[in-house]
Amino acid sequence: MGGLLNTILLTFFSLIIATVFGMLLAMGRVYGKAPLTTIIYVYEKIFRGVPLLVIFFLVYLGLGQIGINLLPFTAAIIGLALRSSAYQAQIFRSAINSIPEGQNIAARTLGMTKIQSIIHIMIPQVLRLSIPSWSNEFTIVLKDTSIALALGVPELLRVAGQIYAIPNYFDYILPILLVVAIIYFIIVILVNKILGYIEKKYKMAGFEVSVER
Amino acid sequence: MSMLELKNIHKKYGSNEILKGVTFSLEKGETKVIIGPSGTGKSTLLRCINQLHPPDKGEVWLDGEEITNKNININRIRQKIGFVFQDFNLFNHLTALQNVSIGLEKVKKMEKEEAKKRAMQELRRVGLENQAEQYPAELSGGQKQRVGIARALAMDPMIILFDEPTSALDPELIGEVLEVMQGLAGKVTMLCVTHEMGFARNVADEIIFMEEGYVLEAGPPMKMFKNPDHKRTGEFLGKIATLYGENKEE
Repeated sequence: MGGLLNTILLTFFSLIIATVFGMLLAMGRVYGKAPLTTIIYVYEKIFRGVPLLVIFFLVYLGLGQIGINLLPFTAAIIGLALRSSAYQAQIFRSAINSIPEGQNIAARTLGMTKIQSIIHIMIPQVLRLSIPSWSNEFTIVLKDTSIALALGVPELLRVAGQIYAIPNYFDYILPILLVVAIIYFIIVILVNKILGYIEKKYKMAGFEVSVER
Repeated sequence: MSMLELKNIHKKYGSNEILKGVTFSLEKGETKVIIGPSGTGKSTLLRCINQLHPPDKGEVWLDGEEITNKNININRIRQKIGFVFQDFNLFNHLTALQNVSIGLEKVKKMEKEEAKKRAMQELRRVGLENQAEQYPAELSGGQKQRVGIARALAMDPMIILFDEPTSALDPELIGEVLEVMQGLAGKVTMLCVTHEMGFARNVADEIIFMEEGYVLEAGPPMKMFKNPDHKRTGEFLGKIATLYGENKEE
């Protein structure tokens, strides 16, 4: 049970950080000026191009060597957030680009500042448009928390491993792992359902994609 | 003192000089219509007025204040300059009512309830009180544009700029928008870029004919239609009038 809680906490914190950071990256890339956009571009490339396990080791062991000692749990959250923010930046950027520029212009002609236009006009639409891709990103992050076992974080999979390592339970490896698989599966299904509901509830009328025949 | 005064406005995009010195002014309550061939800088001029694209040279004065001055807070000024777009530019995630009230809430910092009430008044003014809860995608083009006008009106602007407000509409929807605009004439200061000759003739106090970045000629509709000073003005008006089914000799 403690393992499940840790898995959920890892997912929760890394996703929150990655969503906020990813949104900032996307905004920076779209609205920012020269050096910033390039830096963000490189950031996205790097963290989408390096395996998660390598990121984990870099954050935990690599930073450890230069004197920044993080708890395995914290290192895992940072590692997951770094990678997910790079992916989410792309999700949000494509959503921003799909909103007609005219709406931003209209907001500015009402007297809104750039920031007000982003907060009141762009972000509410970006979030709505991003739900399907974001829900996909959620499942990836949830499942990849299991890689944190390599740092010794007692998440779901590692705790399961500790259980079947007890000699008495040795014969139950298969059922124990099946239970683990089912738990991941159930969370994914559950959260996707919830997000699907949110998507429906906040959908912008007239923006459903539909073909009747 | 004029409500709006343009002095010698110049604007270049790259090496392409769009506006080559435009000067005119509007008094409070006046309606002026800008006409002219495409690419003569009519829309650019409107964007120079509200500083979306500040002019390279020249001054814009609004109610005695020079707004081309870089040191003023342009967001404060833009509240006073309504803008109605050719392609509406409504906020897709907001209902018609919210589209009108958001400026009041976020820019004018009005209480939510008060903003709603005010927004409802404006929707009623453009005949859309029954569409208040509908989203832009659920409205017809004419209804969208009326929401756009209500959104501009709600801010209590000193002037409203219209950038070809009916050009994106089906012919049968143009009437409802023009009717709303006609209802505003005299009460609101309006500067309209449009090809609607009927509107120009019946509603405008003055028609401004622009060509190639200059004001070629300006005058009351009667004079502009019947005996313009420039041959070119007559030709253009004649062409447009024929195109839009208006009888010039009427």
